Amino acid sequence: MVSSQNESNLLSSEGDSQRTQYPYVTGTSVIGIKYKDGILMAADMGGSYGSTIRYKSVERLKQVGKHSLIGASGEISDFQEILRYLDELILHDNMWDDGNSLGPKEVHNYLTRVMYNRRNKFDPLWNSLVLGGVKNGQKYLGSVSMIGVHFEDDHVATGFGNHLARPILREEWREDLTFEEGVKLLEKCMRNLLYRDRSAVNKMQIAKITEEGLTISEPYSLKTFWNFAAFKNPTVGAEGSW
Amino acid sequence: MDRDATSDVNAPHSMGTTIIGVTYNGGVILGADSRTSTGLYVANRASDKITQLTDNVYICRSGSAADSQIVSDYVRYFLHQHTIQLGQPATVKVAANLVRLLAYNNKNSLQTGIIVGGWDKYEGGKIYGIPLGGTIVEQPFAIGGSGSSYLYGFFDQAWKDGMTREEAEQLVVKAVSLAIARDGASGGVVRTVTINSEGVTRNFYPGDTLPLWHDEVEAHGSLLDILNASNPEPMST
Repeated sequence: MVSSQNESNLLSSEGDSQRTQYPYVTGTSVIGIKYKDGILMAADMGGSYGSTIRYKSVERLKQVGKHSLIGASGEISDFQEILRYLDELILHDNMWDDGNSLGPKEVHNYLTRVMYNRRNKFDPLWNSLVLGGVKNGQKYLGSVSMIGVHFEDDHVATGFGNHLARPILREEWREDLTFEEGVKLLEKCMRNLLYRDRSAVNKMQIAKITEEGLTISEPYSLKTFWNFAAFKNPTVGAEGSW
Repeated sequence: MDRDATSDVNAPHSMGTTIIGVTYNGGVILGADSRTSTGLYVANRASDKITQLTDNVYICRSGSAADSQIVSDYVRYFLHQHTIQLGQPATVKVAANLVRLLAYNNKNSLQTGIIVGGWDKYEGGKIYGIPLGGTIVEQPFAIGGSGSSYLYGFFDQAWKDGMTREEAEQLVVKAVSLAIARDGASGGVVRTVTINSEGVTRNFYPGDTLPLWHDEVEAHGSLLDILNASNPEPMST
């Protein structure tokens, strides 16, 4: 039983025995794909506040340790907190000083446990996360939702991306995509999201992680296309229609 | 799969206020209106929403007056101890992160949006926005409060990087004044606080010194002044 508001009345103590929040500042879709040399991930830089697009320079793709990349949608403050947890995780991993380092599969598992345990306390971290990376030549790409549902796949997406990007990826993804092909594929998906997702913003980053390392691109924008006869004269052929 | 954010029905609402923080070449300027409302009644028409945390860090408070005041008091207390231990002025980043900690960890109880602004010798002038929920965002300028809804378009057009102090001050005063014109929950005077390497300056712009916007008319002492003026005919049948 989930309540969406914490009802405080004079008769109940600050028990917080039932608590679910709601998100305030949110990021929209993240898309991730495996490609020949590693993982590619894309996300725009928008932070929405309800229906207002309040922040347009939010970095939603971040490095995690040596081998992983995380992308987040949902409540940004919770993502910022997750980054702090991951910081601590990597710090302790480094402190072992044993030459070993956490790979993407392990980080994904850690995040799954964190998200699921918060869900069980009715106090979720309101995010959907994409976690990708390469370690010892093995590519890994997974996702975790705010209730702890987790997947591992060749291509993943969050939010609207599930509905708009994944069908495109199902058709056009291949095991041996080059970097250029991968970027074009992601951009095709992101452009679609820009047309159809109200919370999308035309400023995005694409991140690449390979065995060699990680790069996150500078923010950039995509061209959009509106110059169609059917757009200029939408009611031709159906006079009187709207 | 993903839970939809229960969007419009539960979309957060900030209560009365317009608050602004902008950086300029040399420091920051914080600005705010002065109206505190309880429901439809204006409880205080000359409040001071720009609050000092340290010599070099100030904040603009919006949303619940009680929540923003208690957060200020706690952060001022923590910063005071931090300054003693550190042996030098706290940085704006530390102040902002302390606000974030309180805002984030008490997100279910607090309803306050805060803009942190200040100057320190490492990073110069900095502005941090901390909206509902406890997200922290460093920005060249920040706007907040219910009146800020009317300013997004204005700033999209009018904001430029690297303004002078005078340009920035005029921008802030103009913006708060525009928001006051349209937001019922904002009003009164415009207060500004400028923080730079030289120190802190407070300014006060009473309502009658602000420019008039669309459909607003000049203020007079009385109708009689108008009637007795050299240009008659204010009454018509």
